[in-house]
Amino acid sequence: MSQRIKIAQKDGKVSVEERTSAASIFERSVPGRTGFSLPAESADTAKKVDDAIPARFRRKSRAALPEVGELDVVRHFTHLSTRTLGVDTTFYPLGSCTMKYNPKINEDIAALPGNCHVHPHQPADTMQGLLKVYHDTAEILGKLTGLPGVSLQPAAGAHGEFTALLVMKAYFESRGEAHRNEVIIPDTAHGTNPASALRCGLEAVNIQSDSRGRVNIEELKSRLGPNTACMMITNPNTLGLFEDQIHEVAELIHAAGALIYLDGANFNAIVGRVRPADFGADMMHINVHKTFSIPHGGGGPGAGPICVRDFLAPFLPAPHIKFDGTSYSFDHNCPQSIGKVRSYFGNVNNVMRTYVYLRQLGEEGVRQIASYAVLNANYLLSLLAGAYDVPFGRRCMHEFVINATRQKNQGARAMDIAKKILDYGFHPPTTYFPLIVPEALMIEPTETESKETLELFAAAMLEIARLSAEDSSQVTAAPQSTPVTRMDELAAARQPVLSWPDSK
Amino acid sequence: MPVPPDVRFLKSHEWARKDGDLIAVGVSDYAIDQLNKEIVFLELPPVGRNVSVGAVFGVIEAVKAASDLYSPVAGKVVEVNESLPDNPTLLADDPYGAGWMIKVAPSSPADMDALLSVADYQKFCETEAHH
Repeated sequence: MSQRIKIAQKDGKVSVEERTSAASIFERSVPGRTGFSLPAESADTAKKVDDAIPARFRRKSRAALPEVGELDVVRHFTHLSTRTLGVDTTFYPLGSCTMKYNPKINEDIAALPGNCHVHPHQPADTMQGLLKVYHDTAEILGKLTGLPGVSLQPAAGAHGEFTALLVMKAYFESRGEAHRNEVIIPDTAHGTNPASALRCGLEAVNIQSDSRGRVNIEELKSRLGPNTACMMITNPNTLGLFEDQIHEVAELIHAAGALIYLDGANFNAIVGRVRPADFGADMMHINVHKTFSIPHGGGGPGAGPICVRDFLAPFLPAPHIKFDGTSYSFDHNCPQSIGKVRSYFGNVNNVMRTYVYLRQLGEEGVRQIASYAVLNANYLLSLLAGAYDVPFGRRCMHEFVINATRQKNQGARAMDIAKKILDYGFHPPTTYFPLIVPEALMIEPTETESKETLELFAAAMLEIARLSAEDSSQVTAAPQSTPVTRMDELAAARQPVLSWPDSK
Repeated sequence: MPVPPDVRFLKSHEWARKDGDLIAVGVSDYAIDQLNKEIVFLELPPVGRNVSVGAVFGVIEAVKAASDLYSPVAGKVVEVNESLPDNPTLLADDPYGAGWMIKVAPSSPADMDALLSVADYQKFCETEAHH
């Protein structure tokens, strides 16, 4: 609590007063204070700077930056880190995002000098260990997906989608079918799917779900045609439901000469149990932060490996990693490759973390990821299904969606419920996604949470449902126990204050 | 909220209403309510743009989500409610009046006949809410 106490000295007296918020780093600023000392600037250096940066590009006035010492900076950021929530501090059931615990041993191994001090320009024969990790990780991913062509280059899941669609385009071009430019995408899809398609110069064709929350087969049939390039499908989908007609979907797509792209975002629900190639997937990405274990990016650095069928493999990003039985090398001779999508070999540390995670668990352990992810979600669903409406039944895969219209009619919207959850010390679930469920709360407990944690969270959710029914103002005022209470999100979006001087 | 009886709807929640020879277009109070009435940003087409039935004519963005706006009728945009992007509260306060978005000179006035009546639209919203 010390950050909330202000000790002020005035007229020789010391007073202690509670503050509403801690001092920002700007308030800690003292003119002239610095956290570093540099050698005095020589005439020679000044001239070099002048030569390097023409006068018209130089600032006329000093930047309004805080003037602080190193300790001030450390305290500022350490303090901020205590005012947030993360999976290392609390349960974080953010549906679709799979906020699971990342074992720390992955960090230890990834930090070893043989991994993190390798230079990308080193000759291949001086980094055989790293190349073996790459080779073996690709092999394991190929086995788990049934799709043997693997690229570890893409830097994130959406980057993987983009890369795989480029691979697909190159494949169709090689067959004289460059006219195929339509990508069929269900309305439950992640927004990255249409974005990736458009970014590749393809056209997104949206189809609606049926009343069971699955692909509407009749609508799919009506949208298939000679220009269909692929269908991007998430399985299990974002409603936490297994697409039980996936064989029929794949048959229809393949009969039209198109391909199946599996959005691997929910692979953690089936990994080790189902190989996507067996239900018809021709290519997919894996969000290794969700299915396996790397830190969540918030934009990066991440990893989104892609796995494809043999006939697509020649088009994968270059270089490919080759093993001749004794040593590993880079194969730059890939004439059909789409080229590079990321400098060097992707985010090496994340490949290492993935490898360590997979080797720690082994084959049987990987099978248990899916078992526990599904068991935990179903247990939590069963605890909440009475107090909240669940539109797609009482069985789910690794996540489920609540429709909080009942609570909204009492006065507490899904967003209010999410804010209230903060008062119980949990991170809220995803709100208002997928878009086809009104007042959606999308809950994904993940496989790493204990039964006790799930029960505590359920108790909080049941209490919120009770408060909503009793007097919804007890919910809509939330959060009240957090460092920052209810924010005006509308004003923040319409009139953002983006720099310190503007906020004064 | 009472809805004027001559308003017609798309299932994607845009409305159309005859206004002399023109057709005014906006979005329903149900849709604005679904967006928690927190409209952040509105992108409308310029005057002169051609629109067609079911095609995107603009974007509405709320704190909660962003959506494309689909035209209920075909024709040419002849008027745009220029003050609306700066006063998005009109969308919630007066969706079928001051909250109109564009006025279209229809190329096929019969487009109106294919749209949902007030009663059918309200029935549709009820089933959607219990999805």
